[in-house]
Amino acid sequence: MSHILAAAGHGGTNTDFIAEETIYWILAVASVGAALAMILVRRAVHCALMLAVVMLSLATMYAMQGAPFLAFVQIIVYTGAVLMLFLFVLMLIGISSSDSIVETIKGQRMAAGLAAIGLLVILFLGIGHAAIGGAPASTAANGTGNLSGLATLIFTTYVFPFEVTGALLITAALGAMVLAHRERTSPKPTQRDLAARRLASGHLAPDPSPGVYALHDAADRPALLPDGSTSALSVSPTLSPRDPSEEPSFVRPEDAVPVTAASDEPSDELSDEPTDERQAISGRADS
Amino acid sequence: MSPIHYVALSVILFVIGGVGVLVRRNAIVVFMCIELMLNACNLAFVAFARMHNNLDGQVIAFFVMVVAAAEVVVGLAILMAIFRARRSASVDDANLLKY
Repeated sequence: MSHILAAAGHGGTNTDFIAEETIYWILAVASVGAALAMILVRRAVHCALMLAVVMLSLATMYAMQGAPFLAFVQIIVYTGAVLMLFLFVLMLIGISSSDSIVETIKGQRMAAGLAAIGLLVILFLGIGHAAIGGAPASTAANGTGNLSGLATLIFTTYVFPFEVTGALLITAALGAMVLAHRERTSPKPTQRDLAARRLASGHLAPDPSPGVYALHDAADRPALLPDGSTSALSVSPTLSPRDPSEEPSFVRPEDAVPVTAASDEPSDELSDEPTDERQAISGRADS
Repeated sequence: MSPIHYVALSVILFVIGGVGVLVRRNAIVVFMCIELMLNACNLAFVAFARMHNNLDGQVIAFFVMVVAAAEVVVGLAILMAIFRARRSASVDDANLLKY
């Protein structure tokens, strides 16, 4: 990678042939695979991760093709800003919203597949008819460096589109503010209202915190009540609470050994621990 | 590596993104597929810039990136507004304008 960027830095197209071909095929397989996975996986977060793979592969390809500026813009703007925005909105509007498998329009997937094949054939025929020659050995336009070449173009030939882009960005920012703004229809509850609501609910204290034990203190461990039962209130409803009695090595309060007795056989404790960790991990994978 | 390889890859990615737009129901995933299509176009622009030995293609790819960023901002804001009103991010549920 550093080799590519260093070569791209002084403006040529870049690496020797074998290296470029190897990197191209690796990246092509990775990006097509990730793009296919993106439209196949169910959960939106996994889609975002797959999209990140595609974008990073494309950034490397830009660097290989003598466009180091675009490579870095791709990483900073797309993988950094746009994907973060996607993940932010995903977290906001419900991480659990996975796609439904039901086809709402009958035969839609079949039609989409046919349309895709048709588009693919048409585009490949188009490319096949176009005269796409080989790349010149080095990009002469990069003579004074990719960055200054781009800057010269943007601020001379393309200066008007550049200005319009600024207007577009301001409009987009304003539009996002207007669309995301929510008018408050009821007055904001004051501290007095909140206190009255809490008194009326009959539940004055905050919810109990999750259990903290000798071996585990994860947030999905329910707290134990004085009678040994677990408290459902102590685990956030988005997590599935884990029943501590299901785990054999878990030390219930009633059969907890005193500290002096436990120190007699430390080897037992040590041998117990890894299996327990494994069970905890497999239990997490199951849920 | 001739530019035709990069153009072919960009065609494949564009078609995959198009299939995603047609098939997926979650509006955020549809947006991601649109981003994939824009990225594929950028790859073709960069490949053609290299082939023609000038930088205009790279400038256009740069503009595409800027417009895509603006589009994502407004699109996600619209999605948020729809989600607030309908409690769903599915494209099937936003059907008030139907008929």
